[in-house]
Amino acid sequence: MTTLARGEFHQFHGDGADYLYLVPSAGVVKLDDTTRAVLEALGERETPARDLATQVASFFPIADVRSAIEELLTVRAIRTVEAPPPPPPAQTVVAETKKKRSIPLSTLVLNVTSKCNLSCGYCYEYGEDKIVEAKTKPRFMSEETAKQSVDFMFSESGDMPVVNLTFFGGETLLNFKMLQSSLAYANEKAKTLGKRVNASLTTNATLLRDEVIDWMVDNDVGVTVSIDGAKDQQDKHRVFANGMGSYDVIRPRIELLLKRHRKRPIGARVTLTGQNLDVIGIYKHLFDEIGFWEVGFAPVTTSWQRDYAIEEAGFTKMLQQFQQLAFEYRDSVLSGKHHGFSNVRDTVEEIHKGMSKSHPCGAGFGLLGVATDGDVALCHRFAGSDSHKIGTVFDGVDRSGQEEFLARHHIDLKTDCSRCWARPLCAGGCYHEAHTRYGSTERPNLHYCEWIRAWTHTCLEVYGSLAERKPEFLNQLA
Amino acid sequence: MRHLTSINQKAKRIEALHDNDVVALQGAPPAATGPFVPMGCSFIFAPGWEVDSTGGTAGLCQPVERDLFDCHLTCFWPAHVPDLYNHAPEWTAKCATAQKDWRKIDLVFP
Repeated sequence: MTTLARGEFHQFHGDGADYLYLVPSAGVVKLDDTTRAVLEALGERETPARDLATQVASFFPIADVRSAIEELLTVRAIRTVEAPPPPPPAQTVVAETKKKRSIPLSTLVLNVTSKCNLSCGYCYEYGEDKIVEAKTKPRFMSEETAKQSVDFMFSESGDMPVVNLTFFGGETLLNFKMLQSSLAYANEKAKTLGKRVNASLTTNATLLRDEVIDWMVDNDVGVTVSIDGAKDQQDKHRVFANGMGSYDVIRPRIELLLKRHRKRPIGARVTLTGQNLDVIGIYKHLFDEIGFWEVGFAPVTTSWQRDYAIEEAGFTKMLQQFQQLAFEYRDSVLSGKHHGFSNVRDTVEEIHKGMSKSHPCGAGFGLLGVATDGDVALCHRFAGSDSHKIGTVFDGVDRSGQEEFLARHHIDLKTDCSRCWARPLCAGGCYHEAHTRYGSTERPNLHYCEWIRAWTHTCLEVYGSLAERKPEFLNQLA
Repeated sequence: MRHLTSINQKAKRIEALHDNDVVALQGAPPAATGPFVPMGCSFIFAPGWEVDSTGGTAGLCQPVERDLFDCHLTCFWPAHVPDLYNHAPEWTAKCATAQKDWRKIDLVFP
């Protein structure tokens, strides 16, 4: 006789409806009364199918109960005990990873300089947790290396019609001349190849001036500004070498940028620390007062003992405010208004697509980072670290090393994640964060688990409400 | 599906997979069978040859040469071994015990 048990899923509500987030497929289905009753009756026990059907049939027609059980089996919300799904063997992981290697490069991040005119205390490039010995490398990427990087990008991009070229630093605009020449070269080359280059950069805004903004507008360059909030928040960590805060310098420059560069939405990227956790205040300042199109937040990457690290109480405070902003986002969308909280927008988009990640991010797959000397690494955060180098833009990437890295970091090998329902979206979290915190890129970011689950649950609730009341918005999103 | 509504794109793909499986839906549910006990230590379908969990042969609990004998004696697919009945009746003559004597099995060219 068939015995049934609960499959892997996370149940959530949105606007009075009940949904399942299925794991690991990442499908989202809405329950009706019969399927909800079946799952309630089954609970956590293993129950013979006949007993389960009889139990629920006191409330619903037996034919309905049978088809409800069948459907739940189809989406694997329940499973038969006799044939538990076999765990994927190691060889499947390797084969899957190799298949993915054929994914073409879609984004290349160039670290155009390792120099910066600010001295932010928490910086992962210069601060106490740095992994790159910047002094041993050229401080600026040469035009030659940049051009070689562009050639590398195109040759690795396969059939992709659009390639993303992202400039990063240090302070990116310290190497403005090279940005100009390399983007012109990339655009020219793209024309001959019938492709398009989507350029973007991140800056601390100190060097924004007319000439730079003109170039951004003319070349349709996407801009992200690193900024921590209003004056007192910004000036806590984002200071010049002499300790002077940078807010008064950047505010007028950002206003000029927002006024003149209207072709692309301009985002702010905030680093949260133990001393800077007023998420809502920061959001209001950057979105309502300054006028950024969107604002994204990330907790500082740090080992736990630093004084700017966020402690447990801080994470709770951060979560509560994230939740409040997420529900504000939902209400704005429902009333047809734009809301700029990009953290929730990004996750809702991933939920809508049903992304089930084998790896936490695109680093090493579709995204690579290039150091000032042309060394290629997984992403910009590792660029320049000799122990994380996987090739150069001159000689190409060490394929077997890259495959081996990806195989070692597959979610199925992270035993800590194997029972977590949030793993399709989280997949263990940032490699760089794990390296900084635990000294190994292979470790999942266990210090975030509770936080990620609570945050993902909130995003699912927002998603459920939007699916119920504004499905057309979701279809536009992804 | 009547009871579950697919909401996101992934759920719709799962539903489409299920709905397109018309043949399976029309058939009767598979009859209950007894436990399946594989002869060797592999659960995967690889006629004549078995591999271990890493895809190699080093970790098998019986030597790979056992497979040769499996083809020779019981396999439905005779292509792997010489034709014992017509062309090479002697090819295993020196091999009394496969595990000990497998090196003595002759190569046979057609």
